Amino acid sequence: MNLLHFINAFFGDGAHWHGYNGIPTRVGEHVGYTLQALAIAALIALPVGLVTGHYGRGGNVLAMIAVAGRALPTFGLLVLMTLLVGFGMVNVMTPLVVLAVPPILVTTYEAMRSVDPSPVDAARGMGMSEAGVLFQVELPAALPLILGGLRSGAIQIVSTATIAAYVSLGGLGRYIVDGLYQRDYEKVVGGATLVAGLALVTLAVFWALGRFAVSRGVRQRA
Amino acid sequence: MSGFFDIPSDLQHSWLGLVGLHLREALLPVLAGLVVSLPLAQLCVRLRWLYPPVLWVTTVLYAIPSLAFFVLLIDYTGQTELTVMIPLTVYSLVVLVPAIVDGVRSVPPETLAAATAMGFGPVRRYFQVQLPIAVPAVIAGLRVATVSSISLVSVGALIGNQGALGNLINDANIYNRPELAVNAVLSMAVLAILADALLVAVRLLLTPWMPRAGRRRPAADVPDPATAALEDAVR
Repeated sequence: MNLLHFINAFFGDGAHWHGYNGIPTRVGEHVGYTLQALAIAALIALPVGLVTGHYGRGGNVLAMIAVAGRALPTFGLLVLMTLLVGFGMVNVMTPLVVLAVPPILVTTYEAMRSVDPSPVDAARGMGMSEAGVLFQVELPAALPLILGGLRSGAIQIVSTATIAAYVSLGGLGRYIVDGLYQRDYEKVVGGATLVAGLALVTLAVFWALGRFAVSRGVRQRA
Repeated sequence: MSGFFDIPSDLQHSWLGLVGLHLREALLPVLAGLVVSLPLAQLCVRLRWLYPPVLWVTTVLYAIPSLAFFVLLIDYTGQTELTVMIPLTVYSLVVLVPAIVDGVRSVPPETLAAATAMGFGPVRRYFQVQLPIAVPAVIAGLRVATVSSISLVSVGALIGNQGALGNLINDANIYNRPELAVNAVLSMAVLAILADALLVAVRLLLTPWMPRAGRRRPAADVPDPATAALEDAVR
């Protein structure tokens, strides 16, 4: 199988492990882009999803925003932003954030809506404030699903952050784009393997986060 | 100098031609994905142990960046439309399989028991009871798959003019004509939203028993489990 041969050749070459184009540097850049885009997307989507889900209003508007966000082609947005604002981080972050906002937004909203209403009523009956209900009752119960939304967003960003290389930034996309133009399949396969591996690591991180952050009672019920 | 819908001649297509090409490259994979995922999902429903590994495999495949996937396939299928459509088919599985599995699983056991008691065999029960009840979940999956497929076709521009409307983006870059990129982005967004609306209409047609006028209210009161499950597709 020549795919395995390519993978072997890529990772076996010592030159791929050092310097500015080395695997550690490129993985670091890729993780950096991913975390930055995910943080911005979460900062936008989580508060909106939590509040709208808490009050149970605006679900249709959110669904429309989500469809619109998904409909915008990532690659097109990247090139368009590059033509408009020039090279830099803004043009890479914009499409990645647009990509990650819909899953986080919709899942957070649905997660808040699917919380069992009786404990919420009980909390209100005990005199908890709205903020208390939101953060101490609904959020912990909705956390598994919310984490699921963040994970979808993160995986999509990890696999799409490769496009940053098309506008001359770094990340694992460098190997794929350079390999494409150099007709160096070894590089392309190596880059793709690294991205897929990074996606698996992301899955594992979110699994661990779920074990760590979700309260035991909620976890056992799920 | 030239109008908004005037396409550079190197693409050898009119704007409408590009739209048609784009729809074909985006929708055929979703259709193929549906054809593959229906039996696959049924297998996952039948054999419970099969579901987690299938999810893992589809997730890993989904994580392969589209560009890398295209480039790898050039070795086998050349710089053709097929090279763009195969990855899109694979990507659609990650959304469609969980959507169908959750939809089929959401059929109440009493309903299944009633169908069996009425003498429905497993095949007839699947097509006349399980699948129709699963239609809303399946359509929800199709909506996400279709919309993302329409946006992903554009990456095909990078492997030699196989991106339909995406080729406009490339041309915008080469000829430094941003309005071409605006045209491409807007056209794709409009296509995606139209396809999405069309699927909603299909669902309304296929599920006449669902409340229609009061659709908004139950949607607000009872969260749609399919939507949440779908967004949670990458499990």
